[in-house]
Amino acid sequence: MTTNDSIIAMEQIRKVYDTGKVQVEALRGIDLEISKGEFVAIVGPSGSGKSTLMNLIGCLDTPTSGVYRLTGQLVAGMKKDELATVRNRRVGFIFQNFNLLPQISAYENVEMPLLFGGVPRRERRRRVEALMERVGLADRMEHKPTELSGGQMQRVAVARALAMDPDILLADEPTGNLDTSSGGDIMELFQDLWEQGGTMLVITHDPALARRARRQVEIQDGLITRDTGSPGADSTPLR
Amino acid sequence: MTSIFNSLRQLWRDLRTQKLRTFLTTLGIVWGTVAVTLLLSFGQAMHRQMLKNVLGLGNAIVITFPRSTSKPFEGLGKGRPMRVTEEDIELVRKRATLVDAISSEYADNLQLKLGTKTMAVDVSGVSPEFGEMRNMIPQMGGRFLNPLDESQKRRVAFLGNELAEDLFGASNPVGQIFRLHGSPFTVIGVLEPKTQDSSYSGRDKDKVNIPGSTFRALTGQKYVNLFIFTSTDVQKTKQAADEVRSILAGKLRFDPTDKEAMMTWDTTEMFQFMDSFMTAFKAFLAIVGSLTLVVGGIGVSNIMSVVVEERTPEIGVKMALGARPRGILSQFLAETLILTAVGGGIGLLITFGICEAWPAGMEEFIGIPEVDLHVALLTSALLGLIGFVAGFFPARSAANLDPVVAMKMT
Repeated sequence: MTTNDSIIAMEQIRKVYDTGKVQVEALRGIDLEISKGEFVAIVGPSGSGKSTLMNLIGCLDTPTSGVYRLTGQLVAGMKKDELATVRNRRVGFIFQNFNLLPQISAYENVEMPLLFGGVPRRERRRRVEALMERVGLADRMEHKPTELSGGQMQRVAVARALAMDPDILLADEPTGNLDTSSGGDIMELFQDLWEQGGTMLVITHDPALARRARRQVEIQDGLITRDTGSPGADSTPLR
Repeated sequence: MTSIFNSLRQLWRDLRTQKLRTFLTTLGIVWGTVAVTLLLSFGQAMHRQMLKNVLGLGNAIVITFPRSTSKPFEGLGKGRPMRVTEEDIELVRKRATLVDAISSEYADNLQLKLGTKTMAVDVSGVSPEFGEMRNMIPQMGGRFLNPLDESQKRRVAFLGNELAEDLFGASNPVGQIFRLHGSPFTVIGVLEPKTQDSSYSGRDKDKVNIPGSTFRALTGQKYVNLFIFTSTDVQKTKQAADEVRSILAGKLRFDPTDKEAMMTWDTTEMFQFMDSFMTAFKAFLAIVGSLTLVVGGIGVSNIMSVVVEERTPEIGVKMALGARPRGILSQFLAETLILTAVGGGIGLLITFGICEAWPAGMEEFIGIPEVDLHVALLTSALLGLIGFVAGFFPARSAANLDPVVAMKMT
């Protein structure tokens, strides 16, 4: 089922949380394929398993069963260091609560994935400056996250996610903690990034953001209940 | 190379941003190092000082005072005064197998004249062996009495350091001449200052030592006031004293079991007492030191584990951005090493500072505290190790969590 330019290919992915007494089945068999250049919104009520799916896609968490290929590579069975490399190079993550380290400057936050990726100093500086320019915060580089507004923090987080030039950008409720106007800025930014050839996967409650996506995937109770498919791309039929 | 510089940059960034944590951990190591090293420095100084004080009297010597008999012997009544001559000492020197060195001592208070100064000083006539037995070390440019002085009855004198200063002030006493009991004497040496907490005929620093033969000729005294000896083996001092008594008993005809006839002062008993005292004292120091270490260690390990718990979400974020578990752990190790080195270094400096600033007037009782570098290094290394172990395991489990779990921990 996987095509050559598929970035994400999931078959029968299940995730069970074992809390000791109760077993919670967060994902009950997800099949999902996302190709290069798509802009996908994952929607659904809270507790439906959206975030769990996102964490699995971003290799922040491991599935209980199922097959997951990221850019053609099987993720299951990867060693911790290989997973770290995948998180560093293949995916860029944007969180609802930003997850910036509060004690260091915006510049240093954006630089962090480059440090982990072993990028030389001169190249780091060049890239961080370009990214901060790209998200419109060139004049805020030395500010600490606490000195920035929510919208600015999320733009720093976007710059950080883009630092290693990932294959796909994953955003988990990126506008959830923002007011309407900053949320709009972030949506504009995503639109731009997509138009320049990026692949985007966004979890959202926000119908406005969901509408911008060319493809919408709805999840309920750990299963995909609707997939609009991507115009112009081979969409996976529902089972 | 890039990756090393990258790690250093991350390390520096973390230390800089976690000021309170860095400060507290360092403080814990500083405190522990200072407490343990100071304790041991002072304990060691006290031990050395006690040893010095005891050695001021002599090197495990037995001092013997001839008295009078308390038991009748071979028809002779009790209460007979014992008169020991140089010949008797010579006899012991030849016959006794357990005696290493022996020296008679003739003592009197004689008149000393130098220029217009006249004073009464304690004078002892002794053998050349006396110097080594009693730790009479000459200052540079001088010497103690030697066998030629003894055999030729030379009029030479070895002066106590304070007496020499009284007489000659700042000028070099060696070679100077003074009058003792009317006869001219040449100074051949001055005592190197020493501490002495017990004595039997005045402190060595105030005395004049001249050859025994010269003393006898000068004063006409025939009998020794006392004699001192050391045994070939410190453990056999008692047997040596018995042997000496039995030899003299044969010569002077008294009951060999009569301990009153020859009263002995065995200074080795003092050594043995001091040895057991110091063993107990050191055990005490060791216990207090280890308790201090334990307390310091608990402090450091507490701080470390709290810190790692606090940092778990941060570790999660870093992992989400592609940090490797090994990278996180090695950075943690490097942090601990740096904090230990800095903390231990500061602790050492503080200890050195206190020891340097220690008032010299306390020297006689406590001695001069000196920092044992090994102890200090060991202490800070141990505290660092405790901190590392305390932080390592939580850090490892944090690094082994799925990043999403770590990030959600608060």
